[in-house]
Amino acid sequence: MTTIQKQSTNPIAHLSPEDIEELGRELDAIRQSVIESRGADDAAYIRKVIDAQRKLELASRAVLLLSMFPPAWLVGTAGLSVAKIIENMEIGHNVMHGQWDWMRDPKIHSTTWEWDNASPAEQWKHSHNELHHTYTNVIGKDNDLGYGIMRVDEEQRWHPMYLGQPLWNFINACFFEYGIAAYDLELGKNLASEKRRRSPAFRARAKVTLKKIRNQMTKDYVVHPLISGPSALSTLSANFTANLVRNLWTHSVIMCGHFPEGVETFEKKSIDGESRGEWYLRQMLGSANISGSKAMHFMTGNLSHQIEHHLFPDLPSNRYAEVAPQVKDVFDRYGLTYTTGSLPKQVASAWHKVIRLSLPNGFENAPLATVTALTTKQGRRELRRRPAA
Amino acid sequence: MTTTRIPWRNRATRFAETVTTPLLPADYLDLFAPLRSGAALRGRIEEVRPETADAATIVIRPGADWAGHTPGQFVRIGIDVDGVRLWRAYSLTHGPRTDGRISITVKAVPEGVVSNHLVHASRPGTLVHLEQAAGEFVLPADGGKLLFVTAGSGITPVIGMLRNLFPVTDSGVVRLPRSDAFDITVVHVAPTEPDSIFLDDLRALADVGAIELLARYDDVHGVLDVADLSALVPDVDARISYACGPAGLLDALADHHERRGLDLFTEQFRSTNRVVGEGGAVTFNNATIVEADGATSLLDAGESAGQLMPSGCRMGVCFGCVIPLKEGSVRDLRNGEVTTAEPGDGVKIQTCISAAAGPCHLDI
Repeated sequence: MTTIQKQSTNPIAHLSPEDIEELGRELDAIRQSVIESRGADDAAYIRKVIDAQRKLELASRAVLLLSMFPPAWLVGTAGLSVAKIIENMEIGHNVMHGQWDWMRDPKIHSTTWEWDNASPAEQWKHSHNELHHTYTNVIGKDNDLGYGIMRVDEEQRWHPMYLGQPLWNFINACFFEYGIAAYDLELGKNLASEKRRRSPAFRARAKVTLKKIRNQMTKDYVVHPLISGPSALSTLSANFTANLVRNLWTHSVIMCGHFPEGVETFEKKSIDGESRGEWYLRQMLGSANISGSKAMHFMTGNLSHQIEHHLFPDLPSNRYAEVAPQVKDVFDRYGLTYTTGSLPKQVASAWHKVIRLSLPNGFENAPLATVTALTTKQGRRELRRRPAA
Repeated sequence: MTTTRIPWRNRATRFAETVTTPLLPADYLDLFAPLRSGAALRGRIEEVRPETADAATIVIRPGADWAGHTPGQFVRIGIDVDGVRLWRAYSLTHGPRTDGRISITVKAVPEGVVSNHLVHASRPGTLVHLEQAAGEFVLPADGGKLLFVTAGSGITPVIGMLRNLFPVTDSGVVRLPRSDAFDITVVHVAPTEPDSIFLDDLRALADVGAIELLARYDDVHGVLDVADLSALVPDVDARISYACGPAGLLDALADHHERRGLDLFTEQFRSTNRVVGEGGAVTFNNATIVEADGATSLLDAGESAGQLMPSGCRMGVCFGCVIPLKEGSVRDLRNGEVTTAEPGDGVKIQTCISAAAGPCHLDI
């Protein structure tokens, strides 16, 4: 992958500024159709999911009180893993996006929600909703690109340190919730200098994060094992396993959102004065979907509809599946590539990129971009801001 | 005993919180016992009884923490309509009942989203959200000569008071000792006779001489002119007046009573019709007021007036700028959708994509 501005075949060269604004209007219309039909059924959906998730968690933790018996360990751990995944993805991530704010229910609201994760909601909302969703795939602005620890673009200068990035990525996957917390704190940047380390704002945020981590760890690794009595150790291992499963799963799903081959990145200066249509276009090119069953979509918190989520981050997640064909149609008509694939394929693609870019450029004869089959318009006009290359 | 119990309870609560963090124990208990003591105040609709073609009495079992009410008081109810929680105030139409339930009587008004939902679409079993009863529109403790002037659904707080004074049982109206000190005349106004909620109840009370009833129907008697009140109620000057109805009637009565130097207590629920327009005066909690046009976001308007506002992407994506709208109307700059808040609603809005649509007050 290389920033779209430096590719030999610019995948948006065939679009005029008017085309891009028209595309924006079409996407606005899709968004509006969902907003107008949003109602009691959607509210019932999220309440049902929250209700079921909490009961599943309660039941799993109850079973784990007897976790010294292997079948109980297995059932309880599986249930708790699923409950934690649903809580983080279909509920927490989406509620914190404000997808359910329209219900005006103070208990299911972006301003009040706290999730079962090491990163405090406040900090997650800043780094994810604000930075990642606004500056999606803009090199130097969107820290989700490699989380600041990996080389994910040919244009990032290679350094021997990156040889280890497949390993870093695996470790990050196992302890993903702490990776997210560190990332939300911008630890790399904030620990780099004495001045930043001592900054009261950073120290205050770090304190909040440490308190959250302490509460989370006390719950899973002290309190629940203790109330399991003789099953204390096996409950501890069950809770650790559930957190590990949740971490590996969420990491895999999230890697599929922006890392697979075919996803475009953008130069920092390319977003100066960006219009609504251009913002939409960047989201379209910068995200990738995962295809699969209803159950798979649900377990990814509908982040399998990453493209739709990035176009409409505040629409209720249960509606992404319904707008996906309309969005795909817009891609087709404007000659853009709708990047999608099965979970194994996309995970492999993302890992392939992590491994490939751990080596210097040109080490492997991979294509720079996989953009193919672009339609070419007659009498095409230049983009408003001509690509640098 | 109490000195040892409180710390014990505190410790137990704190321990329970370490079990459920980041949620609270209540979040799990609510799944099974939403009406228990200690829960946020809710109620469950147990009965929806039609009163007229467009009015119904909703009987609600309130949560264990319901503190009771005085007849004439109102309760604010939050109910989900099309998935959106909306709050409205309704008079309690019974005195405190022995079965512990409460009731409101709702008339569906044109364009009334909540009233139409309650009358035509609400079902027994639905959970609603409640606030404790409130309001000063109650009977004087020591009795007296009273005049009630009620129009349309303005009868609802009054019926609560009357039912408490004169309970109706299978054997008819009971005159309790506490009602002896009251001499009550009710002037009830309605567009037509079939439109009158509680007319049968009022007549039953009038038949046994508990009250004097003067029912006036617009289609029979013409619209009531307040100037004719002294002809209708000759001893109006000797009575303390209680009125509940639309703003026009209450204003006319206030005028009439002020000129004659009479006491008047009023209750009004229907909010004054909000003027939804383009732009308006935006008020902040520190009394700063800024005039914003209909194309400027509230975030920009506030910041240009020197307000410190939460902000984020400034394009409606991140929800980092969400603050409560205390009162007033705002318009979504993307699709023109108008959101309105009445006092007490505190509707949370995104200031970066909302513009003033009339005067509005932000809670910051």
